[in-house]
Amino acid sequence: MPLYLDDDQTALQDTIRDFVAEHAPVSHMRALRDADDTTGFSRDLWKQFAEMGFTGILIGEDQGGLGLGHVEAGVVLEEIGRNLSPSPFLSTAVAAVEALKGTGQAERWFPGIIAGETVAALAIDERAKHRDTVAMKAERSGNGFRLTGEKRFVTHGHTADLIIVAARTGGSDDDADGITLFAVPKDAAGLSAHAERLADASLAARLEFDGVEVDADAVIGEVDAGRTPLDRLLRAGRTGASAELLGVGGGAMDMTVGYMKQRKQFGTLIGSFQALQHRAAHLYSEMEVARAAVLKAQQLLDQGSDRADEAVSVAKAMTALATTLSVQEGVQMHGGIGMTDEYDIGFYMKRARVLAEMFGDANFHADRLALAAGY
Amino acid sequence: MSDLDTFRSETRAWLAENCPPEMRKPVRSEDDVCWGGRQFKPSSPAQKDWLDKMAAKGWTVPDWPKAYGGGGLSPAETKILREEMAAIKARNPLNSFGISMLGPALLKYGTEEQKLDHLTKIARGEIRWCQGYSEPNAGSDLAGLATSAEDKGDHYLVNGQKVWTSYADKADWIFCLVRTDKTSKQGGISFVLFDMASPGVSTKPILLISGNSPFCETFFDNVEVPKVNRVYDENKGWDVAKYLLGHEREMISGMGLASSGGNPLIDGAIATVGLGHDGRLADPLLRASIALFEVRAKAFGAMSERFIDELKAGKAHPAQPSMMKYYGTELNKSRYELMMAAGGSDALEWDSDRSRGGAIPRSWLRTKANSIEGGTSEIQLNIIAKRILELPA
Repeated sequence: MPLYLDDDQTALQDTIRDFVAEHAPVSHMRALRDADDTTGFSRDLWKQFAEMGFTGILIGEDQGGLGLGHVEAGVVLEEIGRNLSPSPFLSTAVAAVEALKGTGQAERWFPGIIAGETVAALAIDERAKHRDTVAMKAERSGNGFRLTGEKRFVTHGHTADLIIVAARTGGSDDDADGITLFAVPKDAAGLSAHAERLADASLAARLEFDGVEVDADAVIGEVDAGRTPLDRLLRAGRTGASAELLGVGGGAMDMTVGYMKQRKQFGTLIGSFQALQHRAAHLYSEMEVARAAVLKAQQLLDQGSDRADEAVSVAKAMTALATTLSVQEGVQMHGGIGMTDEYDIGFYMKRARVLAEMFGDANFHADRLALAAGY
Repeated sequence: MSDLDTFRSETRAWLAENCPPEMRKPVRSEDDVCWGGRQFKPSSPAQKDWLDKMAAKGWTVPDWPKAYGGGGLSPAETKILREEMAAIKARNPLNSFGISMLGPALLKYGTEEQKLDHLTKIARGEIRWCQGYSEPNAGSDLAGLATSAEDKGDHYLVNGQKVWTSYADKADWIFCLVRTDKTSKQGGISFVLFDMASPGVSTKPILLISGNSPFCETFFDNVEVPKVNRVYDENKGWDVAKYLLGHEREMISGMGLASSGGNPLIDGAIATVGLGHDGRLADPLLRASIALFEVRAKAFGAMSERFIDELKAGKAHPAQPSMMKYYGTELNKSRYELMMAAGGSDALEWDSDRSRGGAIPRSWLRTKANSIEGGTSEIQLNIIAKRILELPA
């Protein structure tokens, strides 16, 4: 399979690019922020996503979805990133769907996701830095389990209808075995959510589980074998976040190069200065390499390759590095105007920081790759 | 089974039968690399056998037309062949500037006679080529070259000097940029081919900081070059030169890729520093530097695959080779800086076994030329800025 988008994927890209640019440009995000929106996204827009079928992009056609893959989901996410559009697409249509896929939970939740009525959140992180370990306890209780502990950095956690929770039913924190993944409905007793406004104006919840009782049928997959659906979730989430980062970095780069072609100082366009040209050209190179890494991870995921896991970490680390450079160069090359709230480039810097942290930052993934390579 | 699946299984079976076991081990030194040519002496019977078998199938140049000694494979088939060769760690049967640089230029700009004559000999490894581009006063400003070609009716009389001519002392023929018109800079250059055994050609190796001499100064003193050896029109050699440079940059960018079979950087670091109880390299800062480097190296591996796929499909930006050259060479320099850091004082030893006979420090120094030869990194950034980002002059 060649490492570029095929004709169908390019056509999808054209469609989604126009749609997001028209319905959810950066001004849409700015308006939500200025209105002190407490939902975290536009439900109307999410409904439109559903009408176009995108909410079911990774769900099989036999289950009412589009039956497409991670390459196509990434095409959507890149445009979400480019327009900084607040959307539950990554957590719901990508990561949650992958976790539920092939389990008994799929039938229960997929129709609502496809219809744009169900939003999912991922309760994975337990510390300020992402880890591949799970410590939160789920004790057996009657016919089900009782969940106690705290999760954080849960995007849409305060509004989601479905919360996917990784908890420990056996073993110790670092063990792969003994993790169980649960599908917890939002009205579960003992569950409370505190939404925090983040630097990029998005909302992420700290979730407190105070003896939350769930039935045995809330288990996704098998008890103690949650590592498998959790890994599916993380691979999809990391790859999706990489695609969104690509959009953020690409959007910031395009803005910056555009600005270099119109801003004049010393009587000439600043884009003619070699000191800036070389930095822009270096940035372009980093973003191109990142783009290749993302597409490679998406294709390997879609092929079910055993090399996908490595490619996913490469993609997440590389997009974080390249996009961080892009937004930093963006603000610097815009000069003073880049520091103002009125101008959009600062939003790109904030969004990049959040996405770089999500599901593990560049250091986390570099460490992970190193361990896998035996050093 | 699709045609491509059939091709893959047949290719796999053929390679299994025909690639000698010795040719599935990593290249250890320059002597192990087969460059072909009149002076070529195989380092082993297996090396000769592998070259002959691959050349007979046209697979030294799999995507060239069969009429010119190639394999006539489609882009998809060529990719499969490369993948199957990589899977058994098969060595490249033949390396040459004829394959990576002159060949593509002749395919585009050569006459039928030139193609039939030169391409078939390149494919079989019979003639080794060198490149006469840079001059003492024309480096980054290549079009400022002065080597003159005076019109003498049926031939040119060539006088001047080239520099940084890779392996000129080992090459049989040269593809050379000469000035046929002094009144126009780019528009006064012609692209000619001639035998290095021609009267008036002499070479002098240049000793480098690595202690090796891969480059030469090359002198032309009244060298007669028949006009039939000119590629494309007189004074249009710059078009050929630029096209060829794109391919040269692709080749050099490949240096940023990790070699197949093991990772000398990681293996070297483990050997000198050791692993801690947690399975991590015992020097955490060296480990972090290597790990972040490896992210870029692996991502660039994907970029190389993407670039080749886009190139074959005509989807690559014409200036994209500049990005590949820039990124690949800078990456390779980083790799060798880390190799030296990982090796410590062992890697400093100029001739000992601990530095693989000095291969590590000499290669480290050699890589410093990567971002100079074939157009400096700064020239590549200029090209990216102007042609891809379309920034103002």
